[in-house]
Amino acid sequence: MALPKRIIKETERLMAEPVKGISAVPHEDNLRYFDVTIEGPEQSPYEGGVFKLELFLPDDYPMTPPKIRFLTKIYHPNIDRLGRICLDVLKGNWSPALQIRTILLSIQALLGAPNPDDPLANDVAQKWKEDQNAAIETARQWTREHAKP
Amino acid sequence: MDSENEYNSSQMSDDGFMEDSDVDMDDGECLLFAAVLSESDFEVEEEDDVGFETQDKDIKPTKHAYEVDFNVFSPADIHAQQDKQIAETSSILEQPPEATAILLRHSRWNKEKLVEAYLERREEVLEEAGLGEEVQKHPPKVMKVPGFVCDICCDDDEDMETFAMKCGHRFCVDCYKRYLRTKIKDEGEAARIRCPGDKCNRIVDSKSLDLLLPPDLRDRYNELINRTYVDDKENLKWCPAPNCVYAVDCKIKDRELMRIVPTVHCNCGHYFCFGCTLNDHQPAPCALVKKWMKKCEDDSETANWISANTKECPKCHSTIEKNGGCNHMTCRKCRNEFCWMCMGVWSEHGTAWYNCNRYEEKSGHDARDAQARSRQSLERYLHYYNRYANHEQSAKLDKDIYLKTEKKMTQLQNSTGMSWIEVQFLDAASQALQQCRQTLKWTYAFAYYLARNNLTEIFEDNQKDLEMAVENLSEMFEKPIDQLKGLKRDMLDKTAYCNKRRIILLDDTATNLKDGEFSCAFGMMGFNVTLP
Ligand SMILES: [Zn+2]
Ligand SMILES: [Zn+2]
Ligand SMILES: [Zn+2]
Ligand SMILES: [Zn+2]
Ligand SMILES: [Zn+2]
Ligand SMILES: [Zn+2]
Repeated sequence: MALPKRIIKETERLMAEPVKGISAVPHEDNLRYFDVTIEGPEQSPYEGGVFKLELFLPDDYPMTPPKIRFLTKIYHPNIDRLGRICLDVLKGNWSPALQIRTILLSIQALLGAPNPDDPLANDVAQKWKEDQNAAIETARQWTREHAKP
Repeated sequence: MDSENEYNSSQMSDDGFMEDSDVDMDDGECLLFAAVLSESDFEVEEEDDVGFETQDKDIKPTKHAYEVDFNVFSPADIHAQQDKQIAETSSILEQPPEATAILLRHSRWNKEKLVEAYLERREEVLEEAGLGEEVQKHPPKVMKVPGFVCDICCDDDEDMETFAMKCGHRFCVDCYKRYLRTKIKDEGEAARIRCPGDKCNRIVDSKSLDLLLPPDLRDRYNELINRTYVDDKENLKWCPAPNCVYAVDCKIKDRELMRIVPTVHCNCGHYFCFGCTLNDHQPAPCALVKKWMKKCEDDSETANWISANTKECPKCHSTIEKNGGCNHMTCRKCRNEFCWMCMGVWSEHGTAWYNCNRYEEKSGHDARDAQARSRQSLERYLHYYNRYANHEQSAKLDKDIYLKTEKKMTQLQNSTGMSWIEVQFLDAASQALQQCRQTLKWTYAFAYYLARNNLTEIFEDNQKDLEMAVENLSEMFEKPIDQLKGLKRDMLDKTAYCNKRRIILLDDTATNLKDGEFSCAFGMMGFNVTLP
């Protein structure tokens, strides 16, 4: 199946005008599959870390959102052990007018603003609510250990 | 069917705890129904004294504490209800029925809110639903826009047709159609499809849909629109049985679910909980069921070994597979007879052999895993889980045996000339077993969370009695076919006894639950407190 114009355009733009702190490179043998890296935002417990993700554009993209998952271990209330992300725009609030670029920016923003009230990883969210300082310290430690640049 | 419906509802209208619930005013039909019923209700009670037994046994003259009021509606009923509300609202708003239908759907069938809003800000309400004057004057249309690039497909063809609603989020018509197809076909949305634009909350109105909807999607769309009526009404729910087309009306509110377990019975035969739409889980309240299932899921790895289908004979240690619902096991190799539940010697159970429903800290340890012994809480959980899982599994095995028996009975029927009606006692027995095991299963989840008080003993006695009745009946299914015919009377009695024990257990438990008499052990908040 030929690659839709939309995906070609998006990929070109990602290459030509990269977003600061984010990279997304399609596999040569599967142009719907991207290797993604996101740098932890400044002032967040993920600062200094580089996180790897995988992104896949399903057949009915952009009618349905891209499938995306963290590959690097991360301590975050909205990201579970398997790296799955709880983010509204990846679910009910997806719009076909959104793009890979906007989604990756949303994920980066989520790293800067964890939301323990809408948790995916229950144990982490619990910790986050009970003892935020300790949770942040754990997140820092995991970042140092697993998200080395 | 009609008269049966009336009857069912009539015996339900004389309940004690509905008296404070006001009659639903937006449902004129119900009001009428209630009036008719309270009249017939009176008659039923009078008739009761003069041999009501001759009537269909399903028609119970009084309601038990565990029963709730409900009505079952067919798709035609649901259509009629909608039409009725549309007609009523139409005359109030002085709008044609088609427009009224759109307005009602847009306001999630909240008639009062719609009428109020309409009287206050008519133009606005019409506009929001896509019926405003602006729209009448300039109906939505597709157009070509020079230099336009579609944000969804990135096409920029000169004569590409495009469409936008008033919010101005413009896309090419092909993308718009593809979007609607995804929403309707894959996601089952209809009444509230949002504009495809990012963060736009505008609902695609009916006029725009008329313009854009491909013909092959119209049937599906109309079906979904019809369904939203039930989805939008708090007191209506679809029966969750696969392919079932009925909806159930029940007035139990979410906040009542700590004290009432509203099991309803659909016309398709399915029993389900109106609160959470899971299979009937009386006597355990919804929140407890949810907690229990979560626990079982979390602990499944540790618990699996105990719920396995095979166990070792406590005497000769050969592997024994449970092949029927009954707990009376006989080892094929050494003929040792023992109880599947507690692994104790069967003969020692005597006539009072059913003391294995209760977890006694001292007894039964011998046959249990030494490792688990040191883990009291796990063991306690496993005790209840084991019994819970046992009834679940036994219900399946009972059914298997029944199906085999039924086949043989058909053969017997053919060879001995026994009539169809004469073999129905097996069917009744099988159904009683299924239902009682379902109840027993949940009594164990319930008991796990129960803190001990004088009521728990009564509860456990009831549980024990029902369990004994069930095992006695279950055992009969394992008799050879040629004996079954002679056991008919006995089996009928045992079936009736099972049903009776079940009703007593549910009735007692529901009464205490309603009165807030139970409290909870092990970290779970009391039943009389609302769970988060
Ligand atoms: Zn397009
Ligand atoms: Zn819009
Ligand atoms: Zn049904
Ligand atoms: Zn329930
Ligand atoms: Zn043996
Ligand atoms: Zn026993």
